[in-house]
Amino acid sequence: MLRLEGVSKRFGGLVATDGVSLEVAQGEVHALIGPNGAGKTTLIGQISGTLPPDSGEIFFEDKRITKVPPHARVAVGLARSHQITSIFRRFSVLDNLALAVQARSGSSFSFWKPVAKETALFDEARSIADEVGLSDRTDATAGNLAHGEQRALEVGLALATRPKLVLLDEPMAGMGPEESQRMIALIERIRSRVTVLLVEHDMDAVFRLAGRISVLVSGRIIATDVPGKIKSNEEVRRAYLGDEVAA
Amino acid sequence: MLFLLAAGLTLVFGIMDMINLAHGSLYMLGAFLASTFVALTGSFTAGVLLAIPATAILGMALEVTLLRTLYERDHLSQVLATFALILILNEVVRLVWGSDAALPMPAALSGPVELLPGLPYPAYRLVIIAVGLFIAVILYLLVAKTKIGMLVRAGASNREMALAMGVNIKLLFTLVFGAGAALCAVAGAMLAPLFAVQVGMGENILILAFVVIVIGGIGSIRGALVGAVLVGVVDTIGRAFLPLLFGLVFQPRVASAAGPAIASVSIYLLMAVILYFKPKGLFPARG
Amino acid sequence: MKKHILLIIVLAAFPLVMQAADNLFYVSFASRVMIYAIAATSLNLALGYGGMISFGHAAFVGTGAYVASICIAEGVTSAWIGWPAAIAASALAAWAIGAVSLRTRGVYFIMITLAFAQMMFYLVNSMKAYGGDEGLTLPQRASNLGNEVAFYYVVLCLLAATIFLLYRLINSRFGRVIVAIRENEARAVAVGYPVFRYQLACFVIAGAAAGLAGALLASHGKYVNPNVLHWSQSGTLMIMVILGGVGRLWGGAIGAAVLLGLEHLIAEHPIAWLAALLPNYQQHANLGVGLVLLAIVLFAPQGIAGLLAKEKHAAA
Repeated sequence: MLRLEGVSKRFGGLVATDGVSLEVAQGEVHALIGPNGAGKTTLIGQISGTLPPDSGEIFFEDKRITKVPPHARVAVGLARSHQITSIFRRFSVLDNLALAVQARSGSSFSFWKPVAKETALFDEARSIADEVGLSDRTDATAGNLAHGEQRALEVGLALATRPKLVLLDEPMAGMGPEESQRMIALIERIRSRVTVLLVEHDMDAVFRLAGRISVLVSGRIIATDVPGKIKSNEEVRRAYLGDEVAA
Repeated sequence: MLFLLAAGLTLVFGIMDMINLAHGSLYMLGAFLASTFVALTGSFTAGVLLAIPATAILGMALEVTLLRTLYERDHLSQVLATFALILILNEVVRLVWGSDAALPMPAALSGPVELLPGLPYPAYRLVIIAVGLFIAVILYLLVAKTKIGMLVRAGASNREMALAMGVNIKLLFTLVFGAGAALCAVAGAMLAPLFAVQVGMGENILILAFVVIVIGGIGSIRGALVGAVLVGVVDTIGRAFLPLLFGLVFQPRVASAAGPAIASVSIYLLMAVILYFKPKGLFPARG
Repeated sequence: MKKHILLIIVLAAFPLVMQAADNLFYVSFASRVMIYAIAATSLNLALGYGGMISFGHAAFVGTGAYVASICIAEGVTSAWIGWPAAIAASALAAWAIGAVSLRTRGVYFIMITLAFAQMMFYLVNSMKAYGGDEGLTLPQRASNLGNEVAFYYVVLCLLAATIFLLYRLINSRFGRVIVAIRENEARAVAVGYPVFRYQLACFVIAGAAAGLAGALLASHGKYVNPNVLHWSQSGTLMIMVILGGVGRLWGGAIGAAVLLGLEHLIAEHPIAWLAALLPNYQQHANLGVGLVLLAIVLFAPQGIAGLLAKEKHAAA
């Protein structure tokens, strides 16, 4: 569904992404792991369109999207959640989600009719809130949510655009064990509907969820394989996993 | 000279992330202070040299009392607050000095100098260019090569980190602001004999200064220099040639009306064109 | 709702009362305040709700004023032609300026809008055929609305329409998107909104409304000159917006009323003790304006409308 070919990006002297070629098949949960500074978020940025690659091509459903602007990528079904929470802090949770739903349901160049009357919009927003576990917080101001709740909203916003593939950039960042379990359950729930490219440090989650894992080190993919093989991969252990992971 | 103003402005904006519309007012203060000092001391040079630290001190006082609170605020607040400052300072100057003041050109420099045989150029303007270049070099050395320059750049790119490492950011910013004010004073004092010293002189040149740093890229001294040169060149060419061009194409009546307008508009067109292709200016110092 | 009805009654009755008291000056003054209210409200849409800090809004007011004036000067005196023409011209100007400016952000945007406004100022200044820097005096108001009371009602209706339209706009889909973009532009992009298009549309609408205000202004004073395009006028409009309340429905109107009202009071009613302290302080009124503005920015950035809303909440 998503294919990267030789994508590269450098910032001055720093090569952030070095000829990355990657494939995410429809319906899978594909994890992208690697040490800090490996260039994971940079890569996600290039896939979502906010960072133009210096070279290489990106294909979504076999169509070239390398030059397509970010908002248009959402329209073809590619959504993203951010590593650093980026939500509409002064809107309520429901309004946040409704905004995302609104983007994909008809034109917003409508100047007269009050949004409040569009019950379909808010119904869908509510169902997404349920999905991410925020059903009892829909009226809360987004900025006042607890960290874990904000991360859930972050994912919810990505899901609200009805994507075919969602890029989850460290959804569990800063979460405690209980919240992480909830996020894992959420991803389990959505995987039947949405293809997932998951960037994460939480190895427990990665090995439980991922169908395949790609390892990114210093901007290059050093291995792509099923979890079992990755765990035992010598190079990967050296670069990243070390002895942390129970064999 | 435009460069001096632009450099100060781009430093303040680039490093402290603050839009300071009152920068032009510091320029005005510099000119007025210089006129007073020149009258007091009877010497042009002494007057200008005294005006520089005086303006710098005033600028730093302003920074410490008022502008500091604006660093954290959003751009709109900064715009409005410094706009308010312009209004206030204009009136204060008017109260203290009246609507204008006199600062005549020093006699020694008012004649022309032969640059090349048959190419006379006003001596005073040469001095201005020389001073401008001199300061440009000093600024470059300071910012790029010295420890202080490095601290300034560090403070700009990551304030918290620099603070954590023990850099006294507050003092640094005050000093940078003072430096900016000093640059304004030089420009104000030196340009005063050429243009009138009057209330409101700051605003006109402020817009130009902003155009320069927007073209050059905010935060970049090199950009300010390139921008100032570009603006100066385009403006001169525009004023000289565009009316002629228009005269060729259009009827005289239209040309004489539209020509001068288009000429003064040429720098804005330049800015629009540059921003269209490079929305962050030619040499943006910040990402 | 009750408050609104009361307000409408007061505003509607006002000119009749003044007419009876044979004091038409204040009717004319009120018209002027309302015209500025329209202009400030239009800026509030772009700036307050849209987050686009345009320092060139006066250019749109000015465009409207000049187009309307030129119509009258050329003999087309019907407001039905002149005013829509003014609106269309300003909308076009806003579209052109916005298309270039909105590619930039932050201070670049502020500066480029300022620069464009200056461009228009110089352009208009050189139009010798229409007065150049001396301005253009008009033989009459559009559609012969010389009667102060009649003009007042026309302006009142237009102001009411403007505010009502703004109200519907803010609560519509479009309004939500615009505010969301102001809140978090990156997020708006990430959920799929083509931000540029929305901001441009908002900018154009604001420009169009400003054009209307300009046309009314020209008719009101039967005079127009390039100063109406000067960036300091943009500054004045911004002061009105922040004074009244950024991003609040009545912000523009309140700001215009308060600023112009204060200006008038200071000019007409000398304060004895202040005069003793500072002779001809009235000429330095700008000092006061500056101080008030500074105070608002520092201590009450929500403006008057914001303070009123807070009090309502506190009382509730």
